[in-house]
Amino acid sequence: MRTFSYVRAPDVETALRTIATEPNAKFLGGGTNLVDLMRENIERPDVVVDISRLPLTGIDELPGGGVRIGALVRNSSLAAHPLVRTRYPVVSQAVLGGASAQLRNMATVGGNLLQRTRCLYFYDEASACNKREPGSGCSALGGFTRNHGVLGVSDHCIAAHPSDLCVALAALDAEVEVESTRGTRRIPLTEFHHLPGSTPHVETALAPDELVTSVELPAPVTTRSRYRKVRDRASYAFALVSVAAALEVRDDTVTAARLALGGVAPKPWRATEAERVLLGAPATEESFRSAAEAELASATSQDGNDFKIELARRTIVATLRDLLTDRSAA
Amino acid sequence: MAEVRLRVNGADHPLDIQPQVSLLDALREHLGLTGTKKGCDQGACGACTVLADGERINSCLALAVQYEGAEITTIEGIDHPLQAAFVRHDGFQCGYCTSGQICSAVGMLAEHKEGMPSAVTGQGSGSHLSGAEIRERMSGNLCRCGAYNGIVEAIQEVAG
Ligand SMILES: Cc1cc2nc3c(=O)[nH]c(=O)nc-3n(C[C@H](O)[C@H](O)[C@H](O)COP(=O)(O)OP(=O)(O)OC[C@H]3O[C@@H](n4cnc5c(N)ncnc54)[C@H](O)[C@@H]3O)c2cc1C
Ligand code: SF4
Ligand code: FES
Ligand code: FES
Repeated sequence: MRTFSYVRAPDVETALRTIATEPNAKFLGGGTNLVDLMRENIERPDVVVDISRLPLTGIDELPGGGVRIGALVRNSSLAAHPLVRTRYPVVSQAVLGGASAQLRNMATVGGNLLQRTRCLYFYDEASACNKREPGSGCSALGGFTRNHGVLGVSDHCIAAHPSDLCVALAALDAEVEVESTRGTRRIPLTEFHHLPGSTPHVETALAPDELVTSVELPAPVTTRSRYRKVRDRASYAFALVSVAAALEVRDDTVTAARLALGGVAPKPWRATEAERVLLGAPATEESFRSAAEAELASATSQDGNDFKIELARRTIVATLRDLLTDRSAA
Repeated sequence: MAEVRLRVNGADHPLDIQPQVSLLDALREHLGLTGTKKGCDQGACGACTVLADGERINSCLALAVQYEGAEITTIEGIDHPLQAAFVRHDGFQCGYCTSGQICSAVGMLAEHKEGMPSAVTGQGSGSHLSGAEIRERMSGNLCRCGAYNGIVEAIQEVAG
């Protein structure tokens, strides 16, 4: 690993000042993605600003029924928190479905939002990759694409976003609060990550000098929510397809639906087309299937990930069915 | 070089190391504590699992400087009924994953006691550690020899 200088930030102000004045600095949260990428020579910061001791570790109830989650809350603490487990089960399940217990003990909420793709060609310095080296091409096209996206991809990059947590946050209308020496602003989670277009190296709306300070969840439309993840082994693997869903049904009619997909797109994919079909529709398997069809209508695939289109449809239907049959239990 | 004070198995160790040195390399190469193993060096196998303030982490993805002030426990500092249980139940073959498995299991039992849910825990707190619970909670530790059945039995016996 290339060397760098290490600065431990005791407070937010120091963190922001350091990142604003050092031209090639990076924040260090839990380190589970940054340390890996530095070792692979993909991330090459001159200065690493350790923010892991910043006092942004609270999970607090907001007036109105929402919750504010500090950016340095560790993934394991988030999944175990009673407010999260009871009001936003989909968030707790998404986190517990990701990585391993060791990694969840280290990883932070802010770092989870900013983790980078697991595209194998992105990791392999010998391969062409527009994300790693703009303009060099994309080795995934015509390559091994089992882990790649089918929605929102471009001719320049078809990488999938790897986060489970972000899929749940996208479904729940989360907002990200960010801060720099220039001030504070809020970004809806669905606008936080960018689609690749012709600039796959530009991944988020975050400026290089901005710190994620918290994520806010509005009051849930329903506490009946769930995360379903399909992968190559039962645990400790990234999603091939995942679905975060919340469903409210009255008199056999869908009165509220929130749906997002993981593993299939370069960003956590809010399934607005499917939501449109579901709202006001009878809560039946047929409606769920129509919603899934509508969402995947614009999908494009490679030989290696064609299976994901039907797998995504079926996983959407199965997740909604689970929520429907669980009604009495919830 | 940075001066880093690591606290490992109850003793303080002042070290002169570069900031890019991982906690795993600091333990193995600088402190001679070779019980902690390097499998993948990328967070994907669990061989490097140690406890930091009682919580299991992958020391290969931890920068040593970041863990200054934390109480690090490695396999050399563990004296736990799990160790004899692993022997009784053939919880290993080559032994390469074993220190990580044991550190991980110690951390896992503490997490479970504190009510940490897992992906297979339902709405309840999962008070009983079933085989399915143990497999899910221990999924961050791979065993290339496939000693999983013995590992699960050993943990189950100690968990009671
Ligand atoms: C083997 C393995 C398996 C995994 N499996 C899964 C999985 O199944 N599902 C899943 O979702 N994830 C998985 N992960 C990824 C893991 O969830 C992420 O690595 C983790 O969430 C990153 O958080 P961190 O705090 O460690 O980030 P770091 O590594 O510290 O940082 C990552 C990036 O975020 C930036 N950053 C961190 N905090 C902030 C902040 N507050 N403001 C601005 N920038 C910030 C850093 O500068 C860096 O660029 C896996 C990881 C590994 C190694
Ligand atoms: S899919 Fe994206 S990340 Fe992967 S090689 Fe192509 S450009 Fe790089
Ligand atoms: S060596 Fe750390 S997880 Fe494999
Ligand atoms: S005993 Fe050989 S790897 Fe587990």
